Amino acid sequence: MIQYKKLKLRKMKINIHKLCYPLLMPILVGILFFGCDNGEETPGSVYKTLVWSDEFDGTTGDAPNPDFWAYDIGTGSGGWGNNELQYYTNRPQNISLDGRGNLVITAIKENFQGSGYTSARIKTKGLKEFRYGRIEARLKTPFSQGLWPAFWMLGADIDQVGWPQTGEIDIMELRGQQPRVVHGSIHGPGYSGGNAITESFELVDSRFDTEYHVFAVEWGPDNIDFFVDNRLYQRITPESLPTNAEWVFDKPFFILLNVAIGGNFVGAPSANSRFPQTMIVDYVRVYQ
Amino acid sequence: MNTTIMKNFRYTLFTLLVFAFLGCTREEVEDLPRARFSRNPEIFTDTFIGLGSDFYFPYAGAKPDVFSVDNRVAYKGISSIRIDVPNADDPGGNFAGAIFRIDGAGRDLQDFNALTFYAKASQAATIAEIGFGQDFLGDTYRAYMTNVDFTTQWKKFIIPIPDPSKLLEERGVFQFAAGGIGPVGQEVGYTFWIDELRFEKLGKVAQPLPRIFNGENPTTSSFNGVTIPVTGTNVVFNVDGLDVSVNAAPAYFNFRSSNPSVATVNNLGQISVLSAGTTTVTGTVGGGSNPMNALGSLTVNSAGQFNSAPTPPARNPANVVSIFSDAYQNVQVDNFNGFFQFQTTQGGAINIAGENILSYTQLNFVSINMFQSPDVNASAMTHLHLDVNVREALNPGDFLRVVIINNNGPNETSGSVNLVSYKPLVRDNWVSYDIPISDFAGLGVPNDVDLIFFVSDGTISNIYVDNVYFYR
Repeated sequence: MIQYKKLKLRKMKINIHKLCYPLLMPILVGILFFGCDNGEETPGSVYKTLVWSDEFDGTTGDAPNPDFWAYDIGTGSGGWGNNELQYYTNRPQNISLDGRGNLVITAIKENFQGSGYTSARIKTKGLKEFRYGRIEARLKTPFSQGLWPAFWMLGADIDQVGWPQTGEIDIMELRGQQPRVVHGSIHGPGYSGGNAITESFELVDSRFDTEYHVFAVEWGPDNIDFFVDNRLYQRITPESLPTNAEWVFDKPFFILLNVAIGGNFVGAPSANSRFPQTMIVDYVRVYQ
Repeated sequence: MNTTIMKNFRYTLFTLLVFAFLGCTREEVEDLPRARFSRNPEIFTDTFIGLGSDFYFPYAGAKPDVFSVDNRVAYKGISSIRIDVPNADDPGGNFAGAIFRIDGAGRDLQDFNALTFYAKASQAATIAEIGFGQDFLGDTYRAYMTNVDFTTQWKKFIIPIPDPSKLLEERGVFQFAAGGIGPVGQEVGYTFWIDELRFEKLGKVAQPLPRIFNGENPTTSSFNGVTIPVTGTNVVFNVDGLDVSVNAAPAYFNFRSSNPSVATVNNLGQISVLSAGTTTVTGTVGGGSNPMNALGSLTVNSAGQFNSAPTPPARNPANVVSIFSDAYQNVQVDNFNGFFQFQTTQGGAINIAGENILSYTQLNFVSINMFQSPDVNASAMTHLHLDVNVREALNPGDFLRVVIINNNGPNETSGSVNLVSYKPLVRDNWVSYDIPISDFAGLGVPNDVDLIFFVSDGTISNIYVDNVYFYR
């Protein structure tokens, strides 16, 4: 989430013919024997036990559960380190439950405390922290130039060691002007900001703001795998890091959800950017 | 028994069996789904697809023969649609513009959400209009984009459909209008090509935002019998991250008047004012359970019956030179508002429930212009008459000056009077003035009246004027 400039956009190419037949037969046989399983267990994942979730059930206008979530308020230092333009609040018009099982973060164009926009950012810091597991959220992003939604994690020791030493795992970031593309990244000492390790996932003819998608990392001692709708698009291992760089992901992290406006990653909104804009989060779940 | 009969026989047998098992469950005829017209999305690939023979209809005034199929240029395949935009001085017409209308039954386009094509031009050029839904038979579901930039490289263009569910049988499948490039009157022509013209369903076309009155919320004053059009109807789509606006005919919208006893609105966006009061007209797009509210509205404040200006007396035509009156034969006038530099004044001649009125708003100065029309000779007349209705509160110091300019140019003469010095203006009431021409000091003999100015310097903003004439 913290500033970086350069993004690689490698598309994953899969040779259908080579893969299809060896894969297809066992799948077909599997379906024959086991039928369809629509349970909550994540298929193929080694992390099968749901250890925590927020399904965002509640009454319209409710604040997110204070046992799970704390707020970041204001403009941080230098627009949260990225020259972001919004003022984060805990007002229900910026963040509340919609009464239909979703959390809604709303970015509003308004003058507030010297900022031109308001929005919200929440975190499980000190409340729900996890080391390893499958961290996933089902959500629908905002769109439009200058909107920057994110579902991400920071090291729980950030106050002691600082950033980037603490580590950052960006499970989902999106530029509003590219509603078909999400980015998954890690930041750490020697590989932060513009040198973060990152990969993009692009939908061919669909968008992240028109339908819900599930964004996840499967995070263990040896790797962090990034998924969109259970499609693996990036695996980062300690070997992915620059020579002698430190792997800082063997400790607890907390989860963040936010919608930023403007900033180094997306650029400012344009005159045509539409407001208000929402990120609608169906759930956040952690399996171990 | 041939195959068809055999098939029919089998089908019948099967149907009978189904009925035997399920009993008679057939729905009433009116409940059956309506047969659909052709769902073929293709308009042009290497040739026109199913448009019939007589499908090309140029606009009136456009050069008719600008269109051909070019077998040497193609984005894909072997040919493309070629349009040769004419020069401004082309005797055949100074612009290119036409519709492609299916010669036969229309297409069912409900399954698509955009018209798409590839295009390039012989030089970078801006196409004034490009779209579909224009059929010269009412243009009911016209949709188009304006100022579309073509370059010398092939590029894909996407024109979203404002509401596909409306397009059950659309014959107008393509439309364009383009002039040459350069200063007005000296435009130079060029060529553009269109290929792979088809309707598509694209996941990247999303987030429709319908708008009426361009998303704004104006207020207007009106009277019984007046018809006001809903304007600025468009739908903004986000196409792969970028917002684009598609002009959409009013028929794509459903309109609602908050107070139908004051004004009603039909599905073509015609607001009919019926009685005194206030109503707000809003719109939605899309039917079913989840229509989208359009941004924008019009609030109509109706004063009820229009308070007409006094009817001038019958006069011998030889004793009247009428500039603007329903009672007399009027002279030719260039316009009733020249929109001159430094002028804030809006408005001009309007028709209120059958009566012609001059309506000016945001008045600082405005003139009735006759300098390009045949000379208006009022030299034999003795008086200027006019009726004025001020549509706002009057304050001390408000004035309304009338200035006449004769023989506009180096030898012009002019004179002015301040109406308030004759008798006070009265809010929402007609006040009639009969001013001796001799009061316009410096004017001399008005043998070529070119301009009649109304000047308030903003002290009075909203006026109606009627029955402007010289007489004796």
